[in-house]
Amino acid sequence: MENPLFRLIRFGWGLISLPDQVKRLIFIFVLLLIGWFAIRSRLVPETFGEKGHYRRAALEANAALPVAYVGQSDCVLCHEDVGDLKRKSYHRSVTCEVCHGPGAAHLEDPETNLLFQPKERGLCTLCHGYNSSKPTGFPQIDPMLHNPNDPCMMCHNPHDPKPPHTPAECGACHGEIARTKSVSHHASLACTLCHETQEIHKENPRLAIPGKPQSRAFCGTCHGETADSPKHIPRVELDSHGNGDLCWQCHYPHYPEVF
Amino acid sequence: MEKRQDGIDRRKFIKDLALAGTVIFIMGPEVKGAEIGEGEKSETHLYGMGIQVDKCIGCGRCVYACKEENNVPREPFFFRTWVERYIITVDQEVLVDSPEGGINGFPEAAKEYSILRSFFLPKLCNHCGNAPCVQVCPVGATFTSDEGIVLIDDEYCIGCRYCIQACPYGARFLHPEKKIAEKCTFCYHRLGRGLAPACVEICPTGARIFGELRLRSSPLTRFMRFNEIQVLKPDLNTQPKVFYAHLDGEVR
Repeated sequence: MENPLFRLIRFGWGLISLPDQVKRLIFIFVLLLIGWFAIRSRLVPETFGEKGHYRRAALEANAALPVAYVGQSDCVLCHEDVGDLKRKSYHRSVTCEVCHGPGAAHLEDPETNLLFQPKERGLCTLCHGYNSSKPTGFPQIDPMLHNPNDPCMMCHNPHDPKPPHTPAECGACHGEIARTKSVSHHASLACTLCHETQEIHKENPRLAIPGKPQSRAFCGTCHGETADSPKHIPRVELDSHGNGDLCWQCHYPHYPEVF
Repeated sequence: MEKRQDGIDRRKFIKDLALAGTVIFIMGPEVKGAEIGEGEKSETHLYGMGIQVDKCIGCGRCVYACKEENNVPREPFFFRTWVERYIITVDQEVLVDSPEGGINGFPEAAKEYSILRSFFLPKLCNHCGNAPCVQVCPVGATFTSDEGIVLIDDEYCIGCRYCIQACPYGARFLHPEKKIAEKCTFCYHRLGRGLAPACVEICPTGARIFGELRLRSSPLTRFMRFNEIQVLKPDLNTQPKVFYAHLDGEVR
């Protein structure tokens, strides 16, 4: 006696009124399709393709990562006094965590997770050490010459940084220029001979920018053919020398050499 | 004329048609993107970053902050963001260096170079609108989110390194322990919490600006309005979303 299941299949096969070879082909295709979907459902991960050609869950996994830097607005919730002081200072754009490190752990448990308090020179000079690639006008010192071995905090308050006393000499801030000039033929000239400087520039440098000589005649008072100056000073014919450029457009007055 | 059974004759049909046209005209056509207006909350952001090159002082605090925030391997050759120093000598020679990615600042340039000009240049993933890395990923483990941020699926990456080779900006690396590709995510985990990326948050001179690209008023659009903007390698048509102001022509 034949298996009843086989008899059922044979009966159903007979019901479809198509040529036998076509029915076999359709049967194989259906099997392949089922296999394809079975394998695909196993291999394609969950939530893949819901938003694009990627797992949507990956977005959530990326978004759920912990935060280390909390931002200054959270720091000043407790450290209000420091925030008030710093807000008015030159360091107003420097957030607390630049120097003190990431604050998320400290925010969770301020007692046990104390933040780093930089007391050495190294961190300050990362920004304020002289480097010729830094943009002009950014306050820089030469760590080797500017009170070596003393921690910066001895004289400067990092939350309200400014010179401890009004600098007496231009070289306190413009050290690179002062050193260059000191070995040049212009060593004996005062900076203010050429740069008209208002007194307030010493206290608030950006409020009054010192001027530069605006005419050839200014240099001509020493270097002109008819100038009333010592004889060893080189002379040029002001009207014909150069192409009408200002002197400092070709010569560097802090280290004037004839090219 | 014979009236039709359903009660609509030609006259009424034309009248209704004209009325419908007028109503549609008055309501106005739906303008694509019109829902993203000033002050309105929009569902999809489009983020970008601006970098003002002449503000960068090369302190490397962004590099340090990025490593702390994203737990980037501390070895000095894995970076999600790094700072390069360009020195252009009077002989028109271009020297580029980035000692340890700039994380410890930069030593003074060697004295033998006669410097014509020099500057620092922060670099990171450009989150390309037309990202080569996304195109080459064979499994869909790197993708562009709705916010325009190119992200990596940690669990699904097979570590084949195709994307690292495809990136024209060298912004990707293979994590030495996890053996998966890694790169800048614009600090995706911070954005959802209303925070700016760590490098932007930490930059002491405000050389990095982060914000919305589609809004008319955002710090980034303001930055892009008032500065002449360039992107890196525009000839590759990658459509970067990191915009540089005052970029030197020698930058590669």
